[in-house]
Amino acid sequence: MEIFWFLIIAVVLAMFFVLDGYDFGTGIIHLFFAKSEKDKEVIAKAAGLFWDSNEVWLVAAGGMLFMAFPTFYASVFSGFYLSLILVLWLIIFRAIGLEFRSQFNYQMWKDIWDKSFGVSSLLLALFFGIALGNVVRGVNLGGVEQGISTYEAHFFFLPLWNSSFSPLTNHPGVIDWFTIIIGLISVVTLAIHGANWVIMKTNSSINEKLKKVIFKLNCVLLALTIVSVICWQIVNPDALNNFAEKWYLLLFPLLYIVGLTGLFFIHKFKKDRYGFVCSTLLIVGGISSSLASLFPVLLPSVNDINEPLSIYNTAASDYGLSVALGWGIIGFILLFVYMIVQKRIMGGKIDHMDYGH
Amino acid sequence: MEDMIFYDRLQFAFTITFHYIFPQLTMGLSLIIVFLKGLYLRKKVEKYNDAAKFLMKIFAINFTMGVITGIPMEFQFGTNWAKFSELTGGIIGQTLAMEGMFSFFLESSFLALFIFGEKLMGQKLHFLTGFLVFLGSWASGWFILATNAWMQHPVGYEVLENGKYVLENFSALFTNPWLLPAFLHNQLASVVTSSFVVASIGAFYILRQKNIEYGKLFLKTGVIFGLISSLLVAFPTGDWNAKNVAKYQPASFAAMEGIFETEEAGAEIVLIGQPNMVEKKLDNKIAVPNILSFLTYQEWDKQIVGMDHFEEDELPDNIPALYYSYHIMVGLGTIFIGVMSLAGFFLWRKKLYNIKPLLWTIMFLVPFPYIANITGWYVAELGRQPYLVYGLLKTADGVSPTVSSGNTLFTLLGFVALYMLLGLLFLVLVGKAIHQGPKHQTH
Repeated sequence: MEIFWFLIIAVVLAMFFVLDGYDFGTGIIHLFFAKSEKDKEVIAKAAGLFWDSNEVWLVAAGGMLFMAFPTFYASVFSGFYLSLILVLWLIIFRAIGLEFRSQFNYQMWKDIWDKSFGVSSLLLALFFGIALGNVVRGVNLGGVEQGISTYEAHFFFLPLWNSSFSPLTNHPGVIDWFTIIIGLISVVTLAIHGANWVIMKTNSSINEKLKKVIFKLNCVLLALTIVSVICWQIVNPDALNNFAEKWYLLLFPLLYIVGLTGLFFIHKFKKDRYGFVCSTLLIVGGISSSLASLFPVLLPSVNDINEPLSIYNTAASDYGLSVALGWGIIGFILLFVYMIVQKRIMGGKIDHMDYGH
Repeated sequence: MEDMIFYDRLQFAFTITFHYIFPQLTMGLSLIIVFLKGLYLRKKVEKYNDAAKFLMKIFAINFTMGVITGIPMEFQFGTNWAKFSELTGGIIGQTLAMEGMFSFFLESSFLALFIFGEKLMGQKLHFLTGFLVFLGSWASGWFILATNAWMQHPVGYEVLENGKYVLENFSALFTNPWLLPAFLHNQLASVVTSSFVVASIGAFYILRQKNIEYGKLFLKTGVIFGLISSLLVAFPTGDWNAKNVAKYQPASFAAMEGIFETEEAGAEIVLIGQPNMVEKKLDNKIAVPNILSFLTYQEWDKQIVGMDHFEEDELPDNIPALYYSYHIMVGLGTIFIGVMSLAGFFLWRKKLYNIKPLLWTIMFLVPFPYIANITGWYVAELGRQPYLVYGLLKTADGVSPTVSSGNTLFTLLGFVALYMLLGLLFLVLVGKAIHQGPKHQTH
């Protein structure tokens, strides 16, 4: 039952990064590549029409995590306190940017909110990668000082950084050189994803240019991926054990590799959709590989005194999990119905869709 | 310990108060929108459709604000109240996750369709999407109230040796005797808020001699919905809730009614007075004898226990705030019934649109239902103190063990600054939408 809920939450989380990922990426593209007012408007709209229904996936993932693994939820949310609140503020800034830019027709007004949207999208993409880096690296569970826990064994508190910015100390911070590399991967991946979304959903004048951008970013991504795999070995030498033992898990890194390779052929794609599929594979492959490498651990411990948090020592009762499975299935069926209805009515390019305001 | 949780409580109180400005409007407003859209389908008069679509614009701004300020609420369970989340997540996690699953997805999917899809899908489907938005927003209220009902009156749980509360009976969460009265009271109160908002927009248009046709429609709709809801909020739902508090949380009941000493021969109802916590009495009291006993138990001389009956650490920790919140809520509720009855009477006599003092009153009353709703929630939450889960888990034991109060103060200041900005932008946007008014659109 724990495994089942782990899989559900992983899928919901991946959905969030695929869906909201494109509008974070759209924000990054907007910040660096949208020059003419018309493009700015169309690109902002490509994110603006969908962000709130995408963000609901984050809320759903949070709710399910709370329900299924309450101890994990409590530990991680309080342990990453400052970073999470910063993420919240950025989410707010981004949303205001999207919602308010078109409310008044002054250039200055629009510029302010465009920057707010772009910069907070960029920082959020960075933070999400850093978060993944933290989960892979592990934290000082129990706040161990000289062999003695200062809190209950499943709690911790991470500063934003420590003075060495190194992942190899006993008291790592949220930001160190390893998590920054993962953060950069996240930024580049989501930028590619966002560019694909813009190409797919709009007729903006920079679509051809964006394909070149995607190609270049993909080269950067390849380099970063190789660096990160090497660093990962240094930070956590057992990282690949799971893959060696259970060969079928290799499917996940394979998804990532397929997506990465596919994007080198971006200029040859006949349909705009294919690029988006490739970057979706990148995101799904990246997240699933990271989770699979840890499984069944959810958060490793950097000390030897306290056990890592796993799906078994943080889960709710079996009764609770099975009841939730009952309503969860009904909920997911309804959700797919909504998505199909929405897709049928709102598919296609969005340039001429009226935003109602 | 007391000091350590102060900023956590303040941050939650501040962020939830600000958040609840928005859902209380959207829940009630969605009902009025569905009503107007339905009226259009029956009568085929364009005015009704325009009015529904105009209100949907106001709805959309509020909905966005609700989403933006709602995400921090969910996060804070984990960030600031980690111990509470760890111990009770197996139970309240259910209702909170169900809210995401059954209401947020519904609401957000169909709101987009309602706003953008009118031309793409025809009038009947458009009505249906509006109805589904309404359903989603009320479902959200239902699950939040179910969560809160468990904290007020825990049921269907089992305590493990390690102190964790685990679910023993899922359906008990929804048959909780606290839930239905609280849900109905809360939803009707949100209809009161939105009725006042709609009526006051109407009054504004009439007084300003602009969009007068729409002004009359809004005023009429607002007054009818407002009269019905403000009556139902007081009776039976308000009464029903008060009886629940008297039954399940007698210490809070004594504190919110301001009864310091147990009166053997029936309790008086306090209308006005200031709690004096040093001498344990009410200053400047005006009270009517025996009424409270009658209202609560339908017996004039039934005894109601006062605060002297309880140990100090069982009483709510901020009695004056609880007492004032309750009296402000009840007082405002009474004023709403009065104003709406008067407006309803003149509407019936077809004179309402010409009585300027009444129109001005309705227009300026608009902040007060918000205050009544929020103080109503203060009654529930302050009344539950010193517990997080009534009778089981003290508030001080629910806080995050690793987050220092310095960090919490920092984030609290950040939220205050950010929400000031949000509030300002919100007012500008709503003001702009009202200024533009409902426009007749050709199809």
